[in-house]
Amino acid sequence: MAVTFGLIFAGLMCYYGYFLSVQADQVINNPYNTRIAAMAGKVIRGDITDKNGNLLATSQVQEDDSVLRVYPYGRTFAQAVGYHSKGGSGIEAAMNFELLSSHSGILKGLVNDVTHQKGQGDTVVTTLDARIQQAAYDALGDYSGAVVAMEPGTGKILAMVSKPDYDPNQINEIWDRLVGEGSTETCLLNRVTQGLYPPGSTFKILTALEYIREHPDDWEDYTYECDGAFEYGDYTIRCSENAVHGHMTVRSALAKSCNGAFANMAESLDKDAMRSLCDAVGYNSRLDMALPQSATSFPIDQNTDTWQMLQSVIGQGKTQTTPLVNALMAASVANGGTIMKPYLIDRVEGANGKIQEKNMPQSLSKVMTPEEAELMTELMVGVINEGTGSVGGSDQYQVAGKTGSAQYDSSENTHALFVGFAPADNPKIVVSVIVEQGGSGGRVAAPIAKAVMDAALLQ
Amino acid sequence: MATIFTVVTKYIMLFLMALYAWDSLTVIHLKTQSQLSWKYHKMLALTLMFHLTAYATIFINTKNTGVLVFYGLQLLFFVLYHVVYRRLYPRSSRLFLNHTTMLLAVGFAVLTRLSDADQLLDITTALGNRAVKQFVLVCGAAAVTLFVPKFIEKLRIKKRTAEILGVGGLLMLVLVALLGKTTYGANLSFDFKVFTLQPSEFVKLTFVILTAMLLQVKTDFKRVCFATAVAGSHVIILVVSNDLGSALIYFLTYLVILYVATHQPLYLFAGLGCGSAAAVAAYFLFSHVRVRVAAWQDPWSLIDKDGGYQITQGLFAIGSGGWLGSGLYQGMPTKIPVVSKDYIFAAISEEFGGLFGVCLILVCLSLILYIFRMATKVGESFYKLIAVGFAALYGIQVLLTVGGVTKWIPLTGVTLPFVSYGGSSILSTFLMIAVLQGIYILKRNEDEEIERKRKERKLRGNRAAAGTAGSGRSRKTGEKAGQKETKQRN
Repeated sequence: MAVTFGLIFAGLMCYYGYFLSVQADQVINNPYNTRIAAMAGKVIRGDITDKNGNLLATSQVQEDDSVLRVYPYGRTFAQAVGYHSKGGSGIEAAMNFELLSSHSGILKGLVNDVTHQKGQGDTVVTTLDARIQQAAYDALGDYSGAVVAMEPGTGKILAMVSKPDYDPNQINEIWDRLVGEGSTETCLLNRVTQGLYPPGSTFKILTALEYIREHPDDWEDYTYECDGAFEYGDYTIRCSENAVHGHMTVRSALAKSCNGAFANMAESLDKDAMRSLCDAVGYNSRLDMALPQSATSFPIDQNTDTWQMLQSVIGQGKTQTTPLVNALMAASVANGGTIMKPYLIDRVEGANGKIQEKNMPQSLSKVMTPEEAELMTELMVGVINEGTGSVGGSDQYQVAGKTGSAQYDSSENTHALFVGFAPADNPKIVVSVIVEQGGSGGRVAAPIAKAVMDAALLQ
Repeated sequence: MATIFTVVTKYIMLFLMALYAWDSLTVIHLKTQSQLSWKYHKMLALTLMFHLTAYATIFINTKNTGVLVFYGLQLLFFVLYHVVYRRLYPRSSRLFLNHTTMLLAVGFAVLTRLSDADQLLDITTALGNRAVKQFVLVCGAAAVTLFVPKFIEKLRIKKRTAEILGVGGLLMLVLVALLGKTTYGANLSFDFKVFTLQPSEFVKLTFVILTAMLLQVKTDFKRVCFATAVAGSHVIILVVSNDLGSALIYFLTYLVILYVATHQPLYLFAGLGCGSAAAVAAYFLFSHVRVRVAAWQDPWSLIDKDGGYQITQGLFAIGSGGWLGSGLYQGMPTKIPVVSKDYIFAAISEEFGGLFGVCLILVCLSLILYIFRMATKVGESFYKLIAVGFAALYGIQVLLTVGGVTKWIPLTGVTLPFVSYGGSSILSTFLMIAVLQGIYILKRNEDEEIERKRKERKLRGNRAAAGTAGSGRSRKTGEKAGQKETKQRN
């Protein structure tokens, strides 16, 4: 009996310890926790910087001792960095507790305590690169949409741009206009993580991979004669801009983004296998990351009818993804088949420079084998060199990518998408772009990605 | 200044508690009297040092001289209690004394912190202060139960007494069910304007004694059925009063006593099975059970409603304090609903630290194991079962309260004995320990008696052997006489 009690108590203590070690940090970062607000009374909110120390958010103590939150880069980092009043958003909300914690050393703490001064909050150093972010912001121009850039080998997010945007320095003044009744403003939304779009032809990367997996010995012999329209019963799938591609192989189908060829390939694909592949990339789940994510979907299984399947494999139908997950899809090819967990926060430093918290790269899932990744890289190089992605290419480095023009309603209007990475033989950066109502992925989205890659790879 | 002092004392108190917890666990295995004595002195010293540090911190933070006076009174009480008890009962268990003191000290410190210290400045307002009320109740309970071990030593607990107590207890529960005041959905107490009395706390004890009496000798199936019926009637009345927390404690304690009495795992498993079925039935029958389970599964979705608010505030407190605690007066334990009773563990975890909380749990565990060990050594089945029952009662209550606060299990509305605020709980826990002390003293008396006789026999044997030759007859007579004597005494 005594042993039984001992064991049950051990169980209790383990759970208690588990809560304190694992769950506590997330749990307490909650607006209902009044302790966090109380911390602001004793600590000057810390800085948020990019990876090189450029200030993205800082607190300026005014003459009347009040503290003003200032965002030196303004609109450029609006959704990523967020704002901290009005409930908070972005990194300001996610790292609220850390920004209000002060680790300035024992001596300084003693001095502060005695002189009733506020301590300096910890600094949050992000993985973002202000230069790359600015390039992405400028390249997206007046369009609405999103650009995200990350390092495939580590998962670090280098740039996160979402438009329409707003000036976070003015958040208090414009708040009522933004969230008031009847407002159609969407600038507070972080489209990178929460915008849901049909991936369009960028999805074909996965379709091609699945086809190759199911036909390992004869995929290179696959041919399709494209006459511009693929008929299935009463339905028709047309190629983009009514193009007629002629003789297609898997390689050229991906390069030219031939809808007909892919629909044809899809007729024979194992639906469950396709589903598993998509799940591994991040479909049908919600990414676990500092910023809130939307759940993506690829609702296909054994029972789905073929017409649904055909639409889905060309990235239409009910398929929906976020620009970030689309980036992860490309990142899996760039990183030898393994997706690294995307993260924004590199480390938290105390005012004395000591590192309080550091995030290390973690792998998230294994999508394909290194051999498959190498093959897909080749095919994606083909898209740039011989296909629809030529505007995204560069003479200075080899890009591998995939364009997409996704229909979002029953008209002919499309969003423009692009995913890609460079240099193809040793990828340093993955870029995912979506331009709402942008039209052609190759003409509109690819150049934006090129601008970002130039900023990253050409000093 | 106060902040730095608080930070330093936070580590000191954590260190002291860790040492105390370590001692509590290791003392169970010590054998020699001198080792034990040294250990007990050390534990008491640790407790008093902790007590001093805590109150010094409270004083520095509140700058209130009333706190010093209060501390002085508490110190006086602790010292007197130990001195008087040891005088009165030289054979009492010092471990019970030490644990009582430590748990009370923690309770006093936390309750003082949670209360409004300004009340301590004036004697008339002081009596409105929760910590002061608790202290007064403790003094009263200590005084009242002081002579219980004497009672037990002289009169022992007779079968008749057990029966009367048992039936009386059952009737008391019925009375509460019919007339009692409802608190948070359960018919718990009688309101006498000046104080509230919670009978289920006392009936807990009579229930254990009654069950022990029923199962002490005969443990055949018929007996078991009868005992189960008696236990079942207690549980059912509690369920009808909506006091499901107590019902659960009574039920599980009964299973433990039953198992130890009969050594039949079958009863234990059958009991657990029935209990689970009953729990499921309770889920469908009682709305407040559903609320509690929903709040346990996902308190965040209910955060601004009745069910989730308490749990989430408790978790915020525990989480914000972390392993090392935020330090006295640096956290916000007063934001937690019912913090001086059910949720006191969250307040302790927030300001004293998670490690401190773990040590506190270990101290409670060591007390339970100590009582179990005492039970295995007691010869008489009746006392053995009482000890087992009390250990189970205390252990299950600690598990339920700490488990609920940490969201390990759903909340059941029970408090942490000796630490939480509550007169009935204080008195009944004092009673429980007093009875255990009584049994302990009885055992010690018996042991000493046996030891004395063994020495006597040895002495007589030696004397006879060293006597003149040819006194074989006298030797034999002497031995026989000695044997007769021993028989008569038994």
